[in-house]
Amino acid sequence: MSVLAPEGRQPENSRSRARGGPASEAPSELSMWFSDGWTVTKRNLTKLKRSPDMLIFAVLQPIMFVLLFSQIYGGSIQVEGSDYTQYLMAGIFAQTVIFGSTFSGSAMAQDLKDGIIDRFRTLPMSSSAVLIGRTNSDLVLNALSVVIMMATGFAVGWRVNASMSSFFAGLGLLLLFSYAFSWVMALLGMSVKSPEVINNASFMILFPLTFISNAFVQSQNLPSALETFANWNPVSALVQAARELFGNTGTVPAPDVWPMQNAVLTVLIGAALMLVVFVPLCIRKFTLISSR
Amino acid sequence: MAIIEAEGLKKTYSSKSGPVHALDGMNLSVPQGTVKALLGPNGAGKTTVVKILTTLIQPTAGTAHIDGIDVLRDPKAARRIIGVSGQYAAVDEGLTGLENLEMVGRLYHLGAREARRRAQQLIDQFELTEAGNRPVKGFSGGMRRRIDLAGALVINPKILFLDEPTTGLDPRSRLALWGIIKDLVNDGTTLLLTTQYLEEADQLSDDIAVIDGGRTIAEGTSDELKAQIGGHRVVVSLVDSADAPRALEILGRHGDGEPSVGGDGRTVEVAVTDGPRALQYILSDLGEGGIDLHDAGMRRPSLDDVFLKLTGHRTEETQEPATQKEAAA
Repeated sequence: MSVLAPEGRQPENSRSRARGGPASEAPSELSMWFSDGWTVTKRNLTKLKRSPDMLIFAVLQPIMFVLLFSQIYGGSIQVEGSDYTQYLMAGIFAQTVIFGSTFSGSAMAQDLKDGIIDRFRTLPMSSSAVLIGRTNSDLVLNALSVVIMMATGFAVGWRVNASMSSFFAGLGLLLLFSYAFSWVMALLGMSVKSPEVINNASFMILFPLTFISNAFVQSQNLPSALETFANWNPVSALVQAARELFGNTGTVPAPDVWPMQNAVLTVLIGAALMLVVFVPLCIRKFTLISSR
Repeated sequence: MAIIEAEGLKKTYSSKSGPVHALDGMNLSVPQGTVKALLGPNGAGKTTVVKILTTLIQPTAGTAHIDGIDVLRDPKAARRIIGVSGQYAAVDEGLTGLENLEMVGRLYHLGAREARRRAQQLIDQFELTEAGNRPVKGFSGGMRRRIDLAGALVINPKILFLDEPTTGLDPRSRLALWGIIKDLVNDGTTLLLTTQYLEEADQLSDDIAVIDGGRTIAEGTSDELKAQIGGHRVVVSLVDSADAPRALEILGRHGDGEPSVGGDGRTVEVAVTDGPRALQYILSDLGEGGIDLHDAGMRRPSLDDVFLKLTGHRTEETQEPATQKEAAA
């Protein structure tokens, strides 16, 4: 026996239960961009607060890296006119924020897998809000990591030999680069089948990229092919720029190639390029993806 | 004009073994305030239709309008009037039930206070108090579905889309969810529902579209569909299965088609045109033949019979949810 819904149902005037009002009229594109971006940022930060493993990753790993590298290699690696800890710190900062940005990719892939992206995509929200929320909250996480590393570095003898403004410029440059790189990773995250792919791929690509650079050793000490790679590696430019702004270069002259001679400018151009290319690509991709 | 109107929807995916036509010229029309069920097996194209109508994917060809809005041209306007709940609960596991609903409210651009009030109201209404202040992670499938459904109702959607709302749920959770959905449609929400459960379509909808191979193969009320395969069926249950051959012969004599024996070896049935008269003759002949019966009666054909008749195959109602993936999705 079929139980059919009663006939003659009146759609609009017979609602007995209190319901939410209809969605308000479309707010302006700009206010939507702000408020939706903030809503998603808040969502990500709430989740972050509740996942101790992520916080441990963001807090303990940087401490561990600073201690390991400074204490183990500190005595073995010689840098002209500087002690190794001074030289090393900018390298570790750069490596950590670059790895931190990969979280944008794995988190996008995870959201896609969980189906929450489908929920977002059926809501009348700004189409960039999920990406803005993602990159924003990862910027917060990266900033937290850098601050903790700086404190740890300070404890093991790292010092900034530059003005306050130069120091903040260096910090800003690290975070700007990582923010721009988050967009690159977010695009990857939306293009892969599972979050694990991002983790594995970034490990395979970013480890060589950060190691074949001036992050931990002077590039002139590398075999010649690797030296050339290291000098043109954007990671090297970021490290060089941070070192210059923190006053940690020692007496070592920057290698005689343009990106290393103009490290700050190179990083600014690189970050701008990443944003100009990947922000539109990400937004376009987001409007096309659907889970499963 | 119907509140949901889709014409000639086609969706073709490329795959290694050539193009896959998930939708092959589907038409759909749902009048305001009614409930339409899309009934079909896995891979029939049900989810693809819902994804197109809810702005998640674009069709290869065809048009789709909801409440006069061209879904394909103006997806943002469409999103302001729809609520969607899917086969896989789209809730954020790291957030509490309340936070999930509040976030959805904010993204529908309700004010902060209104979003909070509405979230709390839904939590109370759907008896989600338990999940209100704890992360969704760790709650049962039924609970997640309820939160997901509540998410679809945060605004007062003109049109509600439910894609296999109870797939994979245990019978108790299914019944509970049916209760909630029935209440909703009694309030007059237009609902498009997809299901592979015949009973679900029967229970919840005014009107059913049977989907197979990306097209609508039959449409009508449950009763109309059943009438399509004609009259009644006479079913007798034998005391002794050894009597089955003789019973088959008697039912065959008075029925319209081939009589059949059920899997238990003692339930014999046949389609008939004039039900009561056929039943009378059959019972009288069985009595004369000295065949004892446990039970005898008539029944209207089930939707399963309809499906078999229309498609040549049965529905896949017994399939495990884990393997239930729309080939098209």
